[in-house]
Amino acid sequence: MVTIYDAKPGFSRRELLKRGGIGALLVISGSAVISPEHAWGLETSALKPETMATLIQMARDIYPHDQVPDKYYAIAVKGHDEQAGKDAAYKAMLEDGIADLDKKSGDGGYRGLGWEDQRVGVLKQIEATPFFQAIRGGLVVGLYNQKEVWPIFGYEGESYSKGGYIARGFDDIEWL
Amino acid sequence: MAASFDLNNDGVVVIIGSGAGGGTLGNELAQKGVDVVILEAGARHEYEDFVNDEWGSFAQLAWTDKRTTSGDWRVAKDFPNLPAWIVKSVGGSTTHWAGASLRFQEHEFKTLSTYGKLEGANLLDWPITLAEMEPYYAKAEAKMGVTGTNDWPRLPGNNNFKVLKAGADKLGYKECHTGNMAINSVDRDDRNSCQQTGFCFQGCKWGAKWSTLYTEIPKGEATGHLEVRPNAMAIKINHDASGKVTGVVYADKDGKLQEQKARIVAVAGNSIESPRLLLNSASGKFPDGLANSSGQVGKNYMRHTTGSVYAIFDRPVHMYRGTTMAGIIRDEARHDPSRGFVGGYEFETLSLGLPFMAAFLDPGAWGRSFTTALDHYDHMAGLWIVGEDMPRAENRITLHADEKDAHGMPIADVHFDDHPNDTAMRNHAYKQATALYDAVGATRTFPTPPYPSTHNLGTNRMSEKAEDGVVNKHGQAHDIKNLFVSDGSQFTTGAAENPTLTIVSLAIRQADYIAAQMSAKTI
Repeated sequence: MVTIYDAKPGFSRRELLKRGGIGALLVISGSAVISPEHAWGLETSALKPETMATLIQMARDIYPHDQVPDKYYAIAVKGHDEQAGKDAAYKAMLEDGIADLDKKSGDGGYRGLGWEDQRVGVLKQIEATPFFQAIRGGLVVGLYNQKEVWPIFGYEGESYSKGGYIARGFDDIEWL
Repeated sequence: MAASFDLNNDGVVVIIGSGAGGGTLGNELAQKGVDVVILEAGARHEYEDFVNDEWGSFAQLAWTDKRTTSGDWRVAKDFPNLPAWIVKSVGGSTTHWAGASLRFQEHEFKTLSTYGKLEGANLLDWPITLAEMEPYYAKAEAKMGVTGTNDWPRLPGNNNFKVLKAGADKLGYKECHTGNMAINSVDRDDRNSCQQTGFCFQGCKWGAKWSTLYTEIPKGEATGHLEVRPNAMAIKINHDASGKVTGVVYADKDGKLQEQKARIVAVAGNSIESPRLLLNSASGKFPDGLANSSGQVGKNYMRHTTGSVYAIFDRPVHMYRGTTMAGIIRDEARHDPSRGFVGGYEFETLSLGLPFMAAFLDPGAWGRSFTTALDHYDHMAGLWIVGEDMPRAENRITLHADEKDAHGMPIADVHFDDHPNDTAMRNHAYKQATALYDAVGATRTFPTPPYPSTHNLGTNRMSEKAEDGVVNKHGQAHDIKNLFVSDGSQFTTGAAENPTLTIVSLAIRQADYIAAQMSAKTI
């Protein structure tokens, strides 16, 4: 569950990064989404940072892996910000899509819904839209093709440089 | 040293495509002293260029030119512009194939006589028999280094195979082993043996898996009779007033149109591109496309009845380690209509890396039902179903009415509907595979839909009579005697087995025929 605290004006990013223990996972400051606890931030250029924060939450709700940190979901969706910078219609689709998501989610917006099931319920209402399909489709490569997440799933990736698995457990199954 | 032939040299055999059919035919002819030009649409990447990276390799090797799809197959919905997962690179799909090299069964050359007429199926007996093919199968196995033949040992079984074998034993299957693989189990042919690297589909960086790229093609080039021209996309085959083909128009690496003159043309661009080229070569004399007096060009498109089953266990498997497809169960390959369908299917081990598993396990799915499967990726085992599908006239390749590629050539549309026999077979296979993994203690299984087609067959089929098909028993067009088809598109029916060994065997046989006909000056 990602909790968002909107930063007060004048709260510097450095301060945010220093305040690691406040319990906030994602913080919006200026044009960035910041994870103080994990010392990363994602600057947006075209999309509103709130939109990016919601996209990150949406990404996790579409492909939830509890052992995968937010950082990788943020990397997986940041291409949409770049695309939005080049394509006004695409930007409008994303901003409108998020606005619609918030509207369907009630007063607190999408990120205000406490349970994944509640958010998934809202996503189900929009899963046929081009907006949803653009986000979901982009994640298939954007999330799972990050080499950094592979070890979390136990996938070892490239093996040629290590001489393959002929001496590294290609037949090491023990429980059969 | 590789040859270099003049565009106006009309004494050469021009082969379109450098994969299992074209690459083999080119070398076989060159070895006999016949001058050959192979036009290959893709670039030349040698095996040290391959990458152990699924999407990276896909970008390097796959045929990603746009195609369209229609029909009730799920691929048309999930991958509407990617009906097939095949290769555009020197070596063709032999860079990507898994290496499974199985002979067809005797009855699979005689499907109409064996299965009888089936509503909605365009079955036909092959004009050749297993007995006629056997000497060529033996030559192909020797050429390719197929394990389990010629005293070459089978490959050692990896983790995924061990799970398959344990399940096969529990279910009472008798014929389960690590397959007949065109992958060196010992160093031979100046190539390495398999190092169990696990990226067979991405091009074998060891050169252990047979590919025309580093076997047939350099051997042919060494004769001085073979030139492989990469980045040469064939657009049209020209003919003279008598109807004989005279040359091939292609777009070169700069997109400029060239014509290579030819004494003989052999089409080996795989079962989507080969009929596309014949259809696009329509002329005043041949208004429906070349070699198409039967109307069968592009029809009877087959893709094997496929599917996968993945299973999760409570303990680790690491299925992706080692040779991807070195594991087979052959018991269901028999023809036994009591199962509710004609023909049979093979079970073969299969693994995808995490990126492709995410893309292909259940395309379009999202949420926890999907992601919890991937959470246990390293506890997964998997197999592939490959069975005989029914040829249907409606399943076909056509030229798109409006859309054209970068060279102005109409793109291909691929239409496919499952025959009820295909569906019955797939469901039977899903059930058996699920039972197999359950018997080993699977906690969850996934009947996974077919991927974009890797086995594309039948669209220029071989027939005894000219009215039933496109080519004769030598792959020679019924209508045009100096035009040949040399890939899997000449298959009359698909059989249950992976097609490459049969494509290579047919190419060896065809080379003998072409050389004999050239000597006799009949073509």
